[in-house]
Amino acid sequence: MKRYSDLEYLKLPKWRRFLYTLLCLIVGIPSGIWNGIKKIGNAFVKFGKRIAFEFKDIYLTFKNGDWKTRTSFFIMGFGSLARGQIMRGLLFLLMEIVFIGYMALAGVKWVSQLPQLGVQGPVKEYDPIFDQYTTAYHDNSFKILLYGVLTIFFAIAVIYTWRINVKQNQIAEKILASGKKLKSGKDDLRSLVDDQFHKTLLSLPLFGIVVFTVMPIIFMILVAFTNYDSINDGYINNLFDWVGWDNWNTMLSWGEGNVRYGATMGEILTWTLIWAFFATFSNYFLGMGVAMVINKKGIKFKKFWRTCLVLTIAIPQFISLLYVSKMFAPNGLINGFLLDMKWIEQPLPFWTNATWARITVIIINIWIGIPHLMLMATGILMNIPADLYESAKVDGAGVWKQYTKITLPYMLFVTGPYLLTSFIGNMNNFNVIYLLTGGGPSNLDAAGVLGAPGETDLLITWLFKMVTTSEPAAYNLASVIGIIVFVVVAAISLIVYNVMPSTRNEEDFQ
Amino acid sequence: MSKKNQMPTLPPQAKRHLGIKAVNTISNVFIYILLVFITIIWLVPFVCIVLQSFNVEDTCMVGYVIPKDWGLDNYKALFAEGSPFLKWYLNTFIIALCTAVGQTVIQLCMSYTLSRFRFKMRKPLMKFMLILGMFPGMLGMIILYNVLADMGLTQANAVPGLILVNIASAGMGYYVSKGFFDTIPKSLDEAARIDGATRMQILYRVILPLAKPIVIYTVLSAFMGPWGDFVFARYISMNNINGMNVAVGLNSWLTADAIAYKYTQFCAGGVLVALPVTLLFLFLQKYYVEGVTGGAVKG
Repeated sequence: MKRYSDLEYLKLPKWRRFLYTLLCLIVGIPSGIWNGIKKIGNAFVKFGKRIAFEFKDIYLTFKNGDWKTRTSFFIMGFGSLARGQIMRGLLFLLMEIVFIGYMALAGVKWVSQLPQLGVQGPVKEYDPIFDQYTTAYHDNSFKILLYGVLTIFFAIAVIYTWRINVKQNQIAEKILASGKKLKSGKDDLRSLVDDQFHKTLLSLPLFGIVVFTVMPIIFMILVAFTNYDSINDGYINNLFDWVGWDNWNTMLSWGEGNVRYGATMGEILTWTLIWAFFATFSNYFLGMGVAMVINKKGIKFKKFWRTCLVLTIAIPQFISLLYVSKMFAPNGLINGFLLDMKWIEQPLPFWTNATWARITVIIINIWIGIPHLMLMATGILMNIPADLYESAKVDGAGVWKQYTKITLPYMLFVTGPYLLTSFIGNMNNFNVIYLLTGGGPSNLDAAGVLGAPGETDLLITWLFKMVTTSEPAAYNLASVIGIIVFVVVAAISLIVYNVMPSTRNEEDFQ
Repeated sequence: MSKKNQMPTLPPQAKRHLGIKAVNTISNVFIYILLVFITIIWLVPFVCIVLQSFNVEDTCMVGYVIPKDWGLDNYKALFAEGSPFLKWYLNTFIIALCTAVGQTVIQLCMSYTLSRFRFKMRKPLMKFMLILGMFPGMLGMIILYNVLADMGLTQANAVPGLILVNIASAGMGYYVSKGFFDTIPKSLDEAARIDGATRMQILYRVILPLAKPIVIYTVLSAFMGPWGDFVFARYISMNNINGMNVAVGLNSWLTADAIAYKYTQFCAGGVLVALPVTLLFLFLQKYYVEGVTGGAVKG
């Protein structure tokens, strides 16, 4: 494909410019994906090099170090203690003692059970005295997986600490060799509110994220490769076990009859993308429109109009969404009103017909989203330099031309990243779909699929249904859906970041 | 005759000016009509909720808005003995209060650090959090439920469990306040450094006083969040009435078999939930707007 220079590009007639930009976008997709893969590959290579460097450094430290350093390789913190840095030394030592103690008491047991996820399931035993069956519980697959993963996390943390301990010795040797004094425990404490203040500040948030976000995600990724569901729940009924790619085969193969996971997956993914597209852009343009209308010179009571709209943000979504959902019900206010007026004879099928439901959901989402967009757009629109419009007027540009040539490019430029996040947010917009339609109307073609997704279900609501309402609750398949959502989101973000044609306009507004 | 001849000699700008003014007035009239229309559409559902909450003739959904009999029966029923509404309300209030405090502290720590400090792991950390954010949050629900169940923090005791999860995952939402901290000039920090302040002193003496809008924004949005928190709250409370928050509880009144005799109570409950949050929002609206616009522009 021929690339035009900027000058050539500007000479082109309008429709060819548009065609050219479109072509560039489409041609850019493979290279965008390729670039993304390359970046990931590079990151891995970099990581490998880093590890290799660390090993070399550790080896050199051992080879060139004195006996204090060498002892610290086995007794963590020994070097620090021997050189008078009591506090650091004690902390390192404590870490090692805790680690060894934990591994001996529990850690080794959990990790060694990871490959089987438990051997002995629950056993029913007949009790002749009371003439009843009692169940004896043995291994717990869920706990083995959970604590196994946690133990591995802990081990990695300890290895990292060990590495720091080695490095500390190397640094201390250097400092002593140059004739300076080492930092005391008091200095260390002081540096935690000064030079190292970021570590103090980050420790608590990061701990929370690791335990309550990272760990569950890793666990659930692993669950996608087991047969964990409410029948094989790992303790009370049956153990669960690794099953390799079985869940993926189930989810991605087409299927037949009304048990067709692959086909349902395709349908729901398509609807999710369509929904995200319309939800994002309808809100974006209409919200911008409302903001511009309120911002227009000569319009009075600006604050009043804005407050009216913004007020709706404050009211918790579940109230407004549930209420609106009931308003559109067959016996709800809207149908009641239309019937009273004799404008219709049958209630309109807002929630009972698939196409109606999808369109209604998108329209109600506009109602939800416009206030947010209006708020944001108001701030940005005020930042557009007024002289741009003045000079456009002098040149004879009309309102529409001003919009397409000044307002829209400026907005798109500033809110580009926001559009991406809001697209992703809409793909995972649980509240609007679940509270409005609950996923319905039901889809007979997918009735045999676990979770029985309806016509307006997004991937995320299907996941929720699989975990809560389906019989049995299929945690393994739900994890597969979650990972697929992640892959789709990541792919879209990668492509958009690499293809976004913002480079051409980047200088315009800076 | 002479007048007719003079007409075309009027300067063209004058004529055009008049035209613009007229066009402007007409378009303004249209805009006012549009704005009134929009405002009505946006406020009608809320007016309807309020009106129906005073409806005492029937407890089920009716096809008209203005009640024929007015009364406070629905509100009385909410606080009658045996009604779980007060419990739900207190639950949510406690969750919201604790979340507002904890989430603000965590989020400010995170965003301040990522905005102000330059350390080796900063960029990788931010990228990592970006990728982490791409996983649907619901994915971890099952395991969090099990972990919390192990700690005894589910079902009837769901409140501390929800607070814990809300606070612990708060660090992920640092973007908006980081955008704000980025706009505070760095020269302030440097000046304080030269005067001998430690990093912590800078945070308390210099940055926090300047960051009042974003602190209020964070508190406000953290406080408002739990009132609408539905998914996780529902999963953790597992149909136990004592562990529900208002969102889950009121939603349980709209199931097919409950809606016939709980619908108007739902409306009344909705009004009571919306009232404090809306009032708070109205008073602090300025800060909320600043937060939204500031954060969005930064991306």
